[in-house]
Amino acid sequence: MRRMRWLRGTAASVVLAAAALGGLGSGEAAAQGKQLTLCWAAWDPANALVELGKDFTKQSGIEMKYEFVPWTSYADRFLNELNSHGKLCDLIIGDSQWIGGAAENKWYVKLNDFFAKEKISMDDFVPATVVGYSQWPKNSTNYWALPAMADAVGWTYRKDWFSRPDIQSAFKAKYGRDLAPPKTYDELKQIAEFFQGREIDGKKVYGAYIFTERGSEGITMGVTNVLYNYGFGYDNPKKPYQMQGVVNSADAAKGLEFYKELYKCCTAPGMTNAYMQEGLDAFKSGQVAMQMNWFAFFPGLYKDPNVGGDKIGFFVNPAGPNGHFTQLGGQGISVVTTSEHRDDALAYIKWFAQPAVQQKWWQLGGYSALKAVVDAPDFPRSAAFAPQFLESMGIVKDFWAEPSYAQLLLDMQKRVHDYVVADKGTAQQALDLLVKDWTKVFKEQGKQVASQ
Amino acid sequence: MTTISQPDDATVAGMGEPARSQATRRVRGLSDRAIAWLFIAPTIALLLAINIFPLVWMIRLSFTSLNLSMSYLPLRFVGLDNFTDILGDEDVWFRLQTTAQFVIWSVTFQVIIGFGLALLINRQFRGHSFWTTIILLPMMLSPAVVGNFWTLLLQPQIGPFNSLISLFTGVPPSAFSMTGQVSLAPWTIVLVDTWMWAPYVMLICLAGLRSIPDYIYEAAEVDRASTWRQFWSITLPMTVPFLMLAVLFRAIENFKMFDMVNLLTSGGPGSTTELVSITLKRAAFEKWRTGYSSALAIILFVAVFGAANIYVKALNKVKQR
Repeated sequence: MRRMRWLRGTAASVVLAAAALGGLGSGEAAAQGKQLTLCWAAWDPANALVELGKDFTKQSGIEMKYEFVPWTSYADRFLNELNSHGKLCDLIIGDSQWIGGAAENKWYVKLNDFFAKEKISMDDFVPATVVGYSQWPKNSTNYWALPAMADAVGWTYRKDWFSRPDIQSAFKAKYGRDLAPPKTYDELKQIAEFFQGREIDGKKVYGAYIFTERGSEGITMGVTNVLYNYGFGYDNPKKPYQMQGVVNSADAAKGLEFYKELYKCCTAPGMTNAYMQEGLDAFKSGQVAMQMNWFAFFPGLYKDPNVGGDKIGFFVNPAGPNGHFTQLGGQGISVVTTSEHRDDALAYIKWFAQPAVQQKWWQLGGYSALKAVVDAPDFPRSAAFAPQFLESMGIVKDFWAEPSYAQLLLDMQKRVHDYVVADKGTAQQALDLLVKDWTKVFKEQGKQVASQ
Repeated sequence: MTTISQPDDATVAGMGEPARSQATRRVRGLSDRAIAWLFIAPTIALLLAINIFPLVWMIRLSFTSLNLSMSYLPLRFVGLDNFTDILGDEDVWFRLQTTAQFVIWSVTFQVIIGFGLALLINRQFRGHSFWTTIILLPMMLSPAVVGNFWTLLLQPQIGPFNSLISLFTGVPPSAFSMTGQVSLAPWTIVLVDTWMWAPYVMLICLAGLRSIPDYIYEAAEVDRASTWRQFWSITLPMTVPFLMLAVLFRAIENFKMFDMVNLLTSGGPGSTTELVSITLKRAAFEKWRTGYSSALAIILFVAVFGAANIYVKALNKVKQR
């Protein structure tokens, strides 16, 4: 009986406590008022966005909540959320390749009417970012996102090593030219070979860091920087989805061979499954002379006490024998269809599109795509990497942005990793198999795929 | 409890009319069977909701073309196309081969090492409890922790594993990569899995060893049987059912292995260590090929279920001997 009383007493206390907590919760919620959840990747620019968002809260009274997920699970996590019509995100900064699926599946709110009403013109943004982040179908006038974070692949190098007289003279003696940031991939390979295994300040260093990650998108985002410049394309511009001879042309195969050679000759041991973070670690620890990575990380690297400041330099992705391009990164910001706070979310986009906000975004470490910011006369002097960023945004190419992009990406990850890292088959075979994989995907999607 | 059992004249005999009718009402209200159902109903409902319904739904989906990344496309009934696609796909067979090799080698090493450890731990010695705890530590860790921890250990430049190998072989530590070389990566996942799960096999074997009555060994000693003879004629035969159980548990678990391998190698280099569970995850949650991945999941389920059933029958035969 005493036990029963005790149980009843405890149950009553629990109920009361729960009621009290519930009351407190709802009171807090009432005090907080409106709230928006913004979903993005967990990386340096996300911290800048949190800082920037404080101004929005100050002006609108709307609290900002953030859901940041590491890059390796970013696509899995948020595509799952969008697929299941979840209500976690009001706003999402989704990857450029998602735009086709997001538009076709109606995950994102179409922004044309909103842009027209608020007089937000896409002509005010860098063209490559509008095509890459906002439009679906590409080159149409259907807008699903506002360009939020412009990005591309660029390179960092150890400026302090490059400028040392002993290293300079050794390089000149060996190659008969001055040691300078490479303009072509052949020059890059030469420099990487020169540094590979060299001892600098008593430490063995390596030539270059390139993307090799297998699981998500890493090796594809790396290898395309070489492939584009050797002549690789996704399809025939005149015959959409005709990939034979474009994806697997002899020039494209040479590009793939080159990437493998670079990986074999000039990277640090163990870099068999490495992406952004491993590159940053390798560069920050003084292990490599040159690093391939996204511009988004360059503000942080420039501030690094060990390798930043005067010690770091930046260069644009080098040209190849058949062109000069670089891989587009970056994202647009969209309103999620299932959001219950659509008006507030649109208010955020309206606020974010303002030139003053975009200027601050760039100053805080984000990359604005607004022409008013990047075309300003003082922009190239505003950061050490600004001129290279500007040049890169003029030569970007992006991966497929089809609704089936995930399948296309994973097929490329497999075929390229099999050849480059696992030494399976030849470059030509890898690309031939890729054409076969992609043809199958497009056929399943109901596309007409011409073989020639 | 008697008040809610079936009507029984003896129990209600002698009661007044109101009491009798009340008892009858309660009896009519809830029979034993009804109470039994009442108690198990929540569990059944839960099982139906989280096990049976998804299974039935998955079977349904396996006959469709559903791709969640293109859910705007009309859902088509494709019959057995997904199944024939999978069974005719060379890559899937390679992944099954990789998985089979991983299961065979890892379970073999785990049984040998686990049984050896059990034989050692079965003896009473100083620090016995301490060493048992140390040996059991790996299996208490989460596979995610093990994956990350071994990734660091195996890092060619800073990881102690390569330095250790270098110490014995003279090969420079950065000259090889355990997770990045095609020839080494499959053995690396076997090594890490064995490190983690051999203690589990040891525990099962230890239970087997402890279940052998001492008098059998005493009788063998009276017959002057050597230690070796005792091992072959008593210890091994009497622990075989336990060993078989350990093999069953570990084989099923390793067939489903995902997390640790995904963290260590992501299935690489290339597709060298891509187990079928990784293929399934990629098809279902990265490529979003829901129909196809449902079919693959069913094929794997049937394969594991069938193999396990055959094995359990064999195990029962051994037990009966």
